[in-house]
Amino acid sequence: MLAFVVRRLIVSVPVLILSSILVFALVAFSGDPLGDLKAKNPPPSPAVIHAREHLLNLDKPIVTRYGIWLGNLVRGDMGRTIAGTDVRSDLARRLLVTARMVILAMIFAIILAVIVGVISAVRQYTALDYTFTFAGFLFLSMPVFWLGALLKEILAIKFNDAVGRTVVYTVGDSTPGLTGGFFGNLGNYAAHLVLPTITLAAISFASWSRFQRSSMLDVLNSDYVRLARAKGLSKSRVMVRHALRTALIPLVTVVAIDFGAILGGAVITERVFAWHGMGELLITGITSKDTNVVLAWLMVSAVAVIGFNLIADVLYAYLDPRIRHG
Amino acid sequence: MASGPTTGTSTTGGPDLVETPGGAQPGPKPAGVVEREFTVAVRSQRQMILRRFLNHRLAVASLIIFIALLMGSLIGGRLWHYGFADRTGDYSQPPSLKHPMGTDDIGHDVMALVFRGAQKSVQIALLVALLSTTIGTLVGAVAGFYRGRADALLMRFVDLVLTVPSLAILAVLASVVGSKAGGWFFVAIVLAGITWAPISRVVRGVFLSLREKEYVEAARALGANDRRIIFRHLLPNALGAIIVNATIVVAVAILTETALSYLGVGVQRPDTSLGLLISDGQGAAQTRPWLFYFPGLVIILIALTVNFIGDGLRDAFDPTQTRVRA
Amino acid sequence: MSRPLTSATADAHGGTAAPTAATAVGHEAGGDAVLRVTDLTVDFPTDDGVVHAVRGVSYALSPREVLGIVGESGSGKSVTSLAIIGLLPKTARITGSVRFRGEELIGLPDKDMRKVRGEQIAMIFQDPMTSLNPVYPIGWQIAEGIRAHHRDVSRAAARDRAVDLLALVGIPHPKERAANYPHEFSGGMRQRVVIALAMANDPDVIIADEPTTALDVTVQAQILETLQKAQQETSAAIVLITHDLGVVAGVADRVLVMYAGKPVELGSVDDVYYRPRMPYSIGLLGSLPRLDAVDQDRLTPIAGAPPSLINLPPGCPFSPRCPLRQGVCDDEEPALRQTDGQAHYAACHFSHTLESEDGVPEGLFSATSADFSGPIAIMPTTGAAAPTEGPQS
Repeated sequence: MLAFVVRRLIVSVPVLILSSILVFALVAFSGDPLGDLKAKNPPPSPAVIHAREHLLNLDKPIVTRYGIWLGNLVRGDMGRTIAGTDVRSDLARRLLVTARMVILAMIFAIILAVIVGVISAVRQYTALDYTFTFAGFLFLSMPVFWLGALLKEILAIKFNDAVGRTVVYTVGDSTPGLTGGFFGNLGNYAAHLVLPTITLAAISFASWSRFQRSSMLDVLNSDYVRLARAKGLSKSRVMVRHALRTALIPLVTVVAIDFGAILGGAVITERVFAWHGMGELLITGITSKDTNVVLAWLMVSAVAVIGFNLIADVLYAYLDPRIRHG
Repeated sequence: MASGPTTGTSTTGGPDLVETPGGAQPGPKPAGVVEREFTVAVRSQRQMILRRFLNHRLAVASLIIFIALLMGSLIGGRLWHYGFADRTGDYSQPPSLKHPMGTDDIGHDVMALVFRGAQKSVQIALLVALLSTTIGTLVGAVAGFYRGRADALLMRFVDLVLTVPSLAILAVLASVVGSKAGGWFFVAIVLAGITWAPISRVVRGVFLSLREKEYVEAARALGANDRRIIFRHLLPNALGAIIVNATIVVAVAILTETALSYLGVGVQRPDTSLGLLISDGQGAAQTRPWLFYFPGLVIILIALTVNFIGDGLRDAFDPTQTRVRA
Repeated sequence: MSRPLTSATADAHGGTAAPTAATAVGHEAGGDAVLRVTDLTVDFPTDDGVVHAVRGVSYALSPREVLGIVGESGSGKSVTSLAIIGLLPKTARITGSVRFRGEELIGLPDKDMRKVRGEQIAMIFQDPMTSLNPVYPIGWQIAEGIRAHHRDVSRAAARDRAVDLLALVGIPHPKERAANYPHEFSGGMRQRVVIALAMANDPDVIIADEPTTALDVTVQAQILETLQKAQQETSAAIVLITHDLGVVAGVADRVLVMYAGKPVELGSVDDVYYRPRMPYSIGLLGSLPRLDAVDQDRLTPIAGAPPSLINLPPGCPFSPRCPLRQGVCDDEEPALRQTDGQAHYAACHFSHTLESEDGVPEGLFSATSADFSGPIAIMPTTGAAAPTEGPQS
């Protein structure tokens, strides 16, 4: 197993490098990052522009710039933003903010998807199943930002008005100027987390519950579940020990595959709720054509995706003896 | 419970039944005439698929609505008496007979904007579906048919496309091309550049399993060349999977395009798209809800009908999932 | 609950000289039948219409008896067995009666049915590759079956018993192998595990649904042997469902031939094999290679396919494929009636004309009608074709 993990990590290095080259080239060719500076009125002196270009290595050929970036990365330095600040400076805080939302949303979506998927499968073709199916398709067809805005602008604000005080926050990841440690502010964090988590979870929940339903149906119609019933086991034992236990395995892979899409969803969700997370970093990076910022987002996300897929594969092997031995 | 006999068009049966011919019902004929009875009218595969699809009421209804939306979005803008750039002189009007979806604060007719936005969305989605299905099918077919080194190389590339969070690449690319003239066309190409990857995996899987089938070996033994085997024997059998995935791509493309526009990197002003409209309308959700609801509902309606059509097609192409009336 | 029209024809003949199946079978097995199925029907509503999968099956199983049920796929034999242990999908509509030692099983709540399954009636399914849960060791799965009915047996004791059972069905190194997962066994070995599972609680009836169909011919005989061994150990009666007359010949005491959801012939193995009284049985035998028929140079398949069970026309369902067919066959479905032997029943309007024939009528299914239907393999049986699965093996 250890050899497997190591091999996978080694294989993923070229993937990281290739994708960084791709994105580096894209952003570098997407326009002049100093366009805004040059367009200033009155225009800054050529000396100022040259100094900035030199600082950001913009006066060097693109291949050299990539080489410098890669060299710095290996040393743990992610370079400077166009504004001149260190990219890494608030990366950790942003990462924490985004990870909080993503992890919570995933847990929420998985639990809900399994429950709904299993109920749908067991009660196949009942009114409940049709309702869940329709709700699943509806969420699947709903833009994340529209759902988020709906929750934020309509439900939450009305709810807060009705209660008479702010129970769920609609803007930001936490109230600015909070004092006290992480644990002292848990309540504040949680109140900010409710809406983004629901928003981000809704889309994944929709497709995962559909998947869980069909996976559970496959298992329920399988010979071994029939034989388990023929052994005289109780219905509940067959459901849990035989059907659910096996039907959960494929969901692991699906969740892992969707992880990249969830990170994308997080970018949009952060935008809707004005969070200062990784997503905001990406959008600013793209609009200001800031290669180092975009690449910082990409590296963090790609490492997360690779790491998450690795965990999923290990978990899969643990859950399925056929993989474990094969 | 309707247990009465249906018309003489019985085809598929219960769990234990293989497909049985429908025309084998004997009439009162003299004994001994055996041959006649077995000239069975086997209905063509295509008719069966069509019939199963037509049995899926939600899918048929969705198809009708989708075609209506399609026509509306492609020609509705031309027929509607306001253009999307017209200033009507009515500011922030709620829906009325004159402006069925109201107007915004600078006097645009929202209906005209929605027509324009839907047109962009639908154009992009259809182009993406066409391009990505073609690319995905080609790549998947080559990988699945020739296997070996071509397969390994192509699939590593697919892995790469799938590993990098696609939204980042899309956002970067769209920010480059979105502002140019005919931006929507490039946005579609960029989207197709990502969405072909899952299709190629599906097609590869189908090809890998089909190429081992006896009838392919028989065709090969009869001297059929590769091209004939691919186009005459393999592709038609992969068609179901390809079509179903194409519908998924349409829904994904519509949602992704609106997301990109929402983030400000897709379709650019002065043109408009449904994502841009929602982004603009979000702040007005409380005061002028028509600006927020109508574009959102149109997106949902398009994506939902496409998803239901896909579901109906899946059921129609996959006879193993015979729906049992509860 | 309304009975489908088609099964009513069986009653229509109740008044004629020969007793119908339900009453006749009841007489013949006496009061000590361990399992008695009477007029069982199963319908499935589907999008295409109602599938009448089983249309009135009756039989009685004596203790320690081996009853072979033979028929093509789709003839309702598997559905019958699933109906007996109550494992059909909820959409299935079941009528008729299944009595286990006098206790009615149809309509029994699942909680009570559970005590019957595995403990009194055990099942063996067709495909050993998919019958065992892939994520649990086989020993665990057998022990689970034991503990389902005997909560007082400790886990360790159940595991020991599982190892004993594995030894009994011929798994080498049972102690070590009990910890292995299903995918680490061959198909034949897995079917032995399933047989061990069926034996686990000393059932009175074992229903084996095509236990050898999915296996290599060489392994089939071993599995049948194991099944016989299981019967000796447990003294259970066995219902052996198969489409292979050869399998039945070597093992069964009686044979029930099914076609289109109904029994069409019932009798001792000798009755059915040497004095078949229903053209379908004759056709089945004709498609079986024989060593004793020296002048038979071709296998004669039955042309055509079984009818759709959704929309059966009136009359005998076999008539479109039947060489003896006459006008009456299209109007009236024949009931299962006593024919030449004491316990020999056939459902054919012309079984009396077949009675005059001794042995299997040759040439009833002509070679021309066989040539006509392409896909069925026709192989010569002179000398060289010594079939491993033939009735003599």
